Amino acid sequence: MAIEVGEPVETVRRRPEVPFEEASRPPKPRFQGWLTTGITGLVLFVFLMPLGYMLVTSVKSEQMIGNLTGPILPRSPATFEYEGEQLDMLTVPMPDGSERELGMLQPGRQVSQFIDPNDPAAGPIEWEGNWRVLEPSYQLDPQWENFPRAWDLMDFPILLRNTLIIAGLGTIGAVASSILVAYGLARFRIPFLRTIMVILIATIILPRFVTLVPTYALFYRIGWVGTFLPLIVPHFFANAFNVFLLRQYFMTIPKELDEAATIDGAGSFRTLWSVILPQLKPAIVAVSLFHFYFAWNDFFEPMIYLSTRTDLQPLSVGLRFFNTLYDSQPNLIQSGALLALIIPVLVFLFAQKVFLQGIDLSGVQK
Amino acid sequence: MPWVIGFFLWYAIPMGASLYFSFTDFDLVSAEPVQLIGLDNWQKLLVDPEVRNSALVTLKFGAFALPFAIIVPMALAYLLVSKNLRWRQSFRTLFFMPSIIPFVAAVLIFGGVMNGQIGWVNKILGLVGIDGPEWFLDRTWIYPSLVFIGLWGVGNAMIIFIASMNSVPATLYDAAKIDGASEWQSFRHITIPVISPIIFYNLVIALIGLFNYFLVPFVLNNGSGAPGGATNFYALNFFKVGFQFFDMGYAATLAWALFIAAVAITGLLFWSAKFWVHYEYSGD
Repeated sequence: MAIEVGEPVETVRRRPEVPFEEASRPPKPRFQGWLTTGITGLVLFVFLMPLGYMLVTSVKSEQMIGNLTGPILPRSPATFEYEGEQLDMLTVPMPDGSERELGMLQPGRQVSQFIDPNDPAAGPIEWEGNWRVLEPSYQLDPQWENFPRAWDLMDFPILLRNTLIIAGLGTIGAVASSILVAYGLARFRIPFLRTIMVILIATIILPRFVTLVPTYALFYRIGWVGTFLPLIVPHFFANAFNVFLLRQYFMTIPKELDEAATIDGAGSFRTLWSVILPQLKPAIVAVSLFHFYFAWNDFFEPMIYLSTRTDLQPLSVGLRFFNTLYDSQPNLIQSGALLALIIPVLVFLFAQKVFLQGIDLSGVQK
Repeated sequence: MPWVIGFFLWYAIPMGASLYFSFTDFDLVSAEPVQLIGLDNWQKLLVDPEVRNSALVTLKFGAFALPFAIIVPMALAYLLVSKNLRWRQSFRTLFFMPSIIPFVAAVLIFGGVMNGQIGWVNKILGLVGIDGPEWFLDRTWIYPSLVFIGLWGVGNAMIIFIASMNSVPATLYDAAKIDGASEWQSFRHITIPVISPIIFYNLVIALIGLFNYFLVPFVLNNGSGAPGGATNFYALNFFKVGFQFFDMGYAATLAWALFIAAVAITGLLFWSAKFWVHYEYSGD
């Protein structure tokens, strides 16, 4: 295999900042700058367009969605109250060429009567022509109540609680165990280190289904199917990706620090805890975030282990179930999707720096 | 370090057990003792039309989608490292953001936006006079549609590409410029060779994703395989056999067959690496 393992420490170095700015080349003319930025902006616009669809659809009513030729924004036909009656607002072309938004008092095939909502006292306005050719006028009418509806229908608080338990405990296990394994691989003289590292990488490539059947059978026999345990306990046995990333980081911490601690009488766990961990903070945060997102997203295993316990399912599984129930109501589906993504997106926006650095680091070793 | 040993046990024992199960009629629920049935499962695998179809579907989709899994993040990264670009950090964050969106939510969003009647994609196509297809119901368009959904997951690959493109020594570009190389030529003959280890890495990651490709087809149409079995991926078939019919012995066989195929294909990829992946530049 071409993967380089156990290479000298110096080839890997910590990258606290991605080198974005390089001063070596003179700035290009302004025009090119705006052109590139414009193109990138356009690409971004298309890329994020589905989010726009989600936002808009999530506050539409079923009627607005059902109206295929209706406006894109959540708008409903406007009405206007006149002498105790609700008049439909229509866009009426006037003889002078202008268009006015008027309330229809008396529809007719040849002549219709309208009321100007800005000046109802002026009385009915007569308009010649068939009212059916007129377009209704719309007003913005977002259906905010879709969110509480989706919230209740999908039992969002329960799903959120389950997701947080699975993701939270799993993250603790994954981080703690990966630190220990990575520490061992980075600092101790271990026979066959190279082989171990290659096998470690091989487990990343391993399709997860290979181990799934016996694992499921085991959890079934010991009565764990239908509990959170199969989703949490395995993460206490480390994961190759996290170990890899943390080991990279360990290698950047000078060994002299350990040695100094040992001379001062610290054992290896004490060294790890007081000397190395404080320096490892960015990597630990990155690994925690990765696992958090993994657990938030994980779908297959929660589905098979919790298929009979809807009260224990996390958001990913619950959202899909919600989709099978309310397939015909895109507004509820999109509200549900928005509820499911809002927390991860906010966490990302706050922690993006650490997160993106962690990804950089994972790509350093090819 | 007992943790290291425990870690390997977590993989080695189930893998061995999985292989053992593949020679049995193990079904988890029935009370009868598990029987060794020799190679029956493996023989069944070879003639099972479901297996052949799902393997073909997976390979076909892979051949179509893998190039996008490399080219799209690479193109985005190229745009985002451009010296001309303003607000680079913000762009980078925003292009990455969809990768953070839970997959199920992303599939539901795309299911709406690419819906034949109410979706925006067809509305926009309608504006320029194109009658958009029923993306997810049309055999011709289903794979492009799945690729579109996949585009929201290119963030990781893009970030790694950005980092590697930034590490290409500027002197190489300057030298090429003096020799009169065009933008494309320096991309083709400098950037690509230097970042080839990263291309390789992303290709391996994408390949793993392909072997495990389950969530999108499952959420999109409940795993029905519509249209016409085109989304009946290998992992989906495995799920049905193992966790809907509870034919665990056969599921273990399917899993092992996938494992063998995965080892063969990734092995081939690693072998091919020596022809096109250049490690000599990667010393930073």
